[in-house]
Amino acid sequence: MIERIAAFGRLGLDIVSSFGRSGRFLAGVLGGVPRPATGFPLLLKQLYAVGVLSLAIIVVSGLFIGMVLGLQGYTILSDYGSEAAIGQMIALTLVRELGPVVTALLFAGRAGSALTAEIGLMKATEQLSSMEMMGVDPLRRVIAPRLWAGFIAMPVLAVIFSVVGIWGGMLVGVDWLGVFEGSFWGNMQSSVDFVDDVLNGVIKSIVFGFVCAWIAVYQGYDCVPTSAGISSATTKTVVYSSLAVLGLDFVLTAVMFGDF
Amino acid sequence: MNSPAYISLKDVVFSRSGRRIFDGVSLDIPRGKITAIMGPSGTGKTTLLRLIGGQLKPDSGSVVVDGHEVPKLKRKALYSLREKMGMLFQSGALFTDLSVFENVAFPLRVHTKLPEDMIRDIVLMKLEAVGLRGARHLMPSELSGGMTRRVALARSIALDPELIMYDEPFAGQDPIAMGVLVKLIRDLNSSMGLTSVLVSHDVPESLSICHYACIISDGKVIGEGTPDELRAHPSGQVQQFLQGQPDGPVPFHYPAEGAAQDFGLSGGAS
Repeated sequence: MIERIAAFGRLGLDIVSSFGRSGRFLAGVLGGVPRPATGFPLLLKQLYAVGVLSLAIIVVSGLFIGMVLGLQGYTILSDYGSEAAIGQMIALTLVRELGPVVTALLFAGRAGSALTAEIGLMKATEQLSSMEMMGVDPLRRVIAPRLWAGFIAMPVLAVIFSVVGIWGGMLVGVDWLGVFEGSFWGNMQSSVDFVDDVLNGVIKSIVFGFVCAWIAVYQGYDCVPTSAGISSATTKTVVYSSLAVLGLDFVLTAVMFGDF
Repeated sequence: MNSPAYISLKDVVFSRSGRRIFDGVSLDIPRGKITAIMGPSGTGKTTLLRLIGGQLKPDSGSVVVDGHEVPKLKRKALYSLREKMGMLFQSGALFTDLSVFENVAFPLRVHTKLPEDMIRDIVLMKLEAVGLRGARHLMPSELSGGMTRRVALARSIALDPELIMYDEPFAGQDPIAMGVLVKLIRDLNSSMGLTSVLVSHDVPESLSICHYACIISDGKVIGEGTPDELRAHPSGQVQQFLQGQPDGPVPFHYPAEGAAQDFGLSGGAS
């Protein structure tokens, strides 16, 4: 019994110390002001790796999710004779929820895991140590551009996801199932508010982008530098990011849309 | 600043994961010489280099490099001290996304504002010194183990450091690559006036090039002196290490229960 209590205590201490380490790590990464001449090319390279290379999975997923929403929405709404509201339903679902959340989950799986594995391997092959010994801080040279790239790329990807999703919904709803195009777009325009819906969705994706990128780079930097350690860190990145995104989504939704 | 010892460790105590790695190590590393630090695997030789480079901090004791107390240095001062240090890692630690040329140019690009043509000349000179000027376009994945270490060596001398630390430079090398590395370490030390610290357990190679050597075991310095003084050292543990004897003061058997008890024999001694 005592052993169980001790193990529980140790787990608690580990969690608290991990939070502390990740906070100090974040302060170290964001603490320095990068020189634009060196920082900008590094950021561009990471934006390509994290953002542009994630485009394919985001566009394809957005298209299919939009098409599924079109099909499901039509089936449900046609029971009530209100299939004309399908545009409004697809747009609100994507812009408020599915855009930021699904993009963040895909981002964690595609870019987050790659970031963790890359940084973990750099640690295991002593590349980070050698950088330190050359008088170059890896937190600023390696980690900071990756964190900022994730932070910047996520909202852009989420917007692209929503736009492609709406287009996919239109393909199914208007072109296939024959909903009147005027009511599809007209209902959407009248019900989607820029500040309440679009901007809140973008704020969500900014928060998710920051959290996913932070988890990914921290797990890579803090991993045990062995093959098992890197594998475990990569898994943790995907699991922790997904849970954090879903948990934060509830909190943000409650704050943004809850009428208390 | 011009004391004969470039690096001075005094009563250094260091523990990790509850295990005491150094228990009061004191050591002076002379300026402009090659000092070999030897010892069995797992005695913390690489840890010693990390303490000198300020990547780790001792629990107590002092680590002084060129007059600077390393554990007490602020981040900026530590990073500027490191610009005077070069370190050759056991794995080479080349940046895998950069070519050989760019790896060697990396410290120059980060720490200097030299024009591109001058960087090119310096990089080619450093690569020439290690015999790999012709390999400048290769990627790290295309290099053999020995070549990787030579490129890493060229990179670590790119900024003309005062101190260079070699972490197991001979480990896993074929005889030719080993001969090349021995020659390079000796030549670089004499031509550039470097202070070299060589961590290794390859006794003949290390003793053939070092001016001074020390052997660390069980968290303490068990013997030090010139190679000749070490060869004549009275300690049995030093002699066992130098001659590679399988049994001696360091026993062949890991401590265990009595053999009779383990094998189920009654009344027998272990």
